[in-house]
Amino acid sequence: MIEPSLSRDGVDGHFLQIKSIVKTYDDVVAVNDVSLDIAKGDIFALLGASGSGKSTLLRMLAGFETPNSGKIILDGEDIVSLAPYRRPINMMFQSYALFPHMTVEQNIAYGLKQDRMPKAMIADKVVQMLRLVHMEKYAKRKPEQLSGGQRQRVALARSLAKSPKLLLLDEPMGALDKKLRNRMQLEVVDIIESVGVTCVMVTHDQEEAMTMANRIAIMEEGSIVQSGTPRDIYEAPNSLQAAEFIGSMNLFRGAIAVDAEDHAVIDSEEINNQLYVSYGVTTAIEDKHVVFAVRPEKTLISRDQPQGEYNWCRGVVHDIAYLGGHSVYHIRLDNGKILYSFMVNSDRFADQPTWEELVYVYWSDDSGLVLRP
Amino acid sequence: MKPPIRFSSVMFWFGMAFLYLPMLSLVIYSFNSSRLVTVWAGWSTKWYGELFRDEGLMAAVWRSLEVAFWSANTAVCLGVLASVALTRFGRFRGRSMLHSLVAAPLVMPDVIIGLSLLLLFVSMTDVLGWPHQRGLFTIWIAHATFGTAYATVVISSRLKELDRSFVEAAMDLGATPVKAFVQVTLPIIMPALVSAWLLAFTLSLDDVVIASFVSGPGATTLPIEVFSSVRLGVSPKINALATLIILIVSLVTLVAWWLSRRKLKRDKFARS
Repeated sequence: MIEPSLSRDGVDGHFLQIKSIVKTYDDVVAVNDVSLDIAKGDIFALLGASGSGKSTLLRMLAGFETPNSGKIILDGEDIVSLAPYRRPINMMFQSYALFPHMTVEQNIAYGLKQDRMPKAMIADKVVQMLRLVHMEKYAKRKPEQLSGGQRQRVALARSLAKSPKLLLLDEPMGALDKKLRNRMQLEVVDIIESVGVTCVMVTHDQEEAMTMANRIAIMEEGSIVQSGTPRDIYEAPNSLQAAEFIGSMNLFRGAIAVDAEDHAVIDSEEINNQLYVSYGVTTAIEDKHVVFAVRPEKTLISRDQPQGEYNWCRGVVHDIAYLGGHSVYHIRLDNGKILYSFMVNSDRFADQPTWEELVYVYWSDDSGLVLRP
Repeated sequence: MKPPIRFSSVMFWFGMAFLYLPMLSLVIYSFNSSRLVTVWAGWSTKWYGELFRDEGLMAAVWRSLEVAFWSANTAVCLGVLASVALTRFGRFRGRSMLHSLVAAPLVMPDVIIGLSLLLLFVSMTDVLGWPHQRGLFTIWIAHATFGTAYATVVISSRLKELDRSFVEAAMDLGATPVKAFVQVTLPIIMPALVSAWLLAFTLSLDDVVIASFVSGPGATTLPIEVFSSVRLGVSPKINALATLIILIVSLVTLVAWWLSRRKLKRDKFARS
């Protein structure tokens, strides 16, 4: 077995290199100087809101759009000038785009037929693909006779049939309902990993990106905000944009008061105590304005006043959203600011703070992050 | 107690009578034994025999079908090309002009189309020496011209709403644009092509105005033949012919309905 972390970290080279890609439509810049390195075997997610340029980037990889400038190098070959039908890349479309006049079998065989593969080999390959996606029983069906999940499997089989060097997924779960989505996410990843194909997907759903991909790039207004593993992006966002895009954050605007090698203290008017982080900030000295960020699940709620002078505040419970596994507490501070805090519901009927109760919210020194505004 | 007569059902039967009573009377009178169309003189099928013996009329029927067949084919081919140009090539120079020019025959009175085509053909014969004479060939051109307008409307509206990802998927899987069009786009829009063809076929079969302008010696289509014979008094043969046409059309409609219903049932069965 190959050690997954080795190939996963992009150590073994740059299988797909996107170099300074720019794409404009008239005066609108859709993709603004994007560069990415994607390793062989990666499942890479482009995550962004609609209009962030992620779909345009994907369509340029597929060859349906031509970049104004920049290079796309796949396995050592610049593919920018190649027509879509000459690229060793296949795509699973958001709408699946299964050909309605062909059966499941014929859909899967379509790409192989274009390569003038011998009939017997095509038949073998089709059976193999049907087995891969567990659709052997439906070979003779038309797409309209399949359910959403089945259609997706056929679409995946069709895009994998030609053994592409690169698989593109455009909003892979976009056409499915929530419950099916969670199941198909893992199933699709299993199939992709069993084939071992490098994959670039586009999604606006952070949960989907984090479930399916081992590397994520956040796109906003045509640029990459941050790229890295899901854990990197969640735990160590490099900017306010990245921090706000994934998950939720409590933010305090303030200024650095103490900046030492191993810690920093931040003054903020939005909280009655100072904020403390256990790492040196080491940024530009002239601009002391920063944003302190802490995730709701890293904060704790207590009825007793915490010890120490840093990283806690007092407020009343403004609202509680009970979500089963955990509850989201909305704590209103004395100055009116709302703070979010998760409380895990580990006991069935524990004595937890309730509406309008006075509580303290606190967190440890290594929970917070200092970001540039 | 009798159920009350509802206004809506009265209107329904009135509407049905308005639409189908003329046809019904035509069918009944085709079995009239009298030579006079308007006088009833007992049942007979002799006009059907007369009809099949009338070589002039039967020749006109075949001629009309032939012209309609070829002009429908031409109209659909040109309609596909025009629709592709209008819907798939973005905003090229002269696009809106092409759009309005293609659609012009839809709103142009037949008389004007007929007259202008006649003038065109006459001057072409003078200048180029071609077409040699007016006849089936010129009728075919004329019918293909306005058939193309209708076919383009039908086909381009279907093509416009067709999800582009079908073609993209085909190209993504290795098909060149032409192959993708033939193997994927055309089969998907086939129903639209069939309705465009039927529309062009029917319009050609139906046309009397344009055809009478551009026809020549020995090129009398059925509508012209019928129209001119009416001036001499309608022969019950025409009734018989019309009855046969109604019969064929009804059969075709019935079969189409039955086929689509069977397909619907089969799909439902397969899905459950």
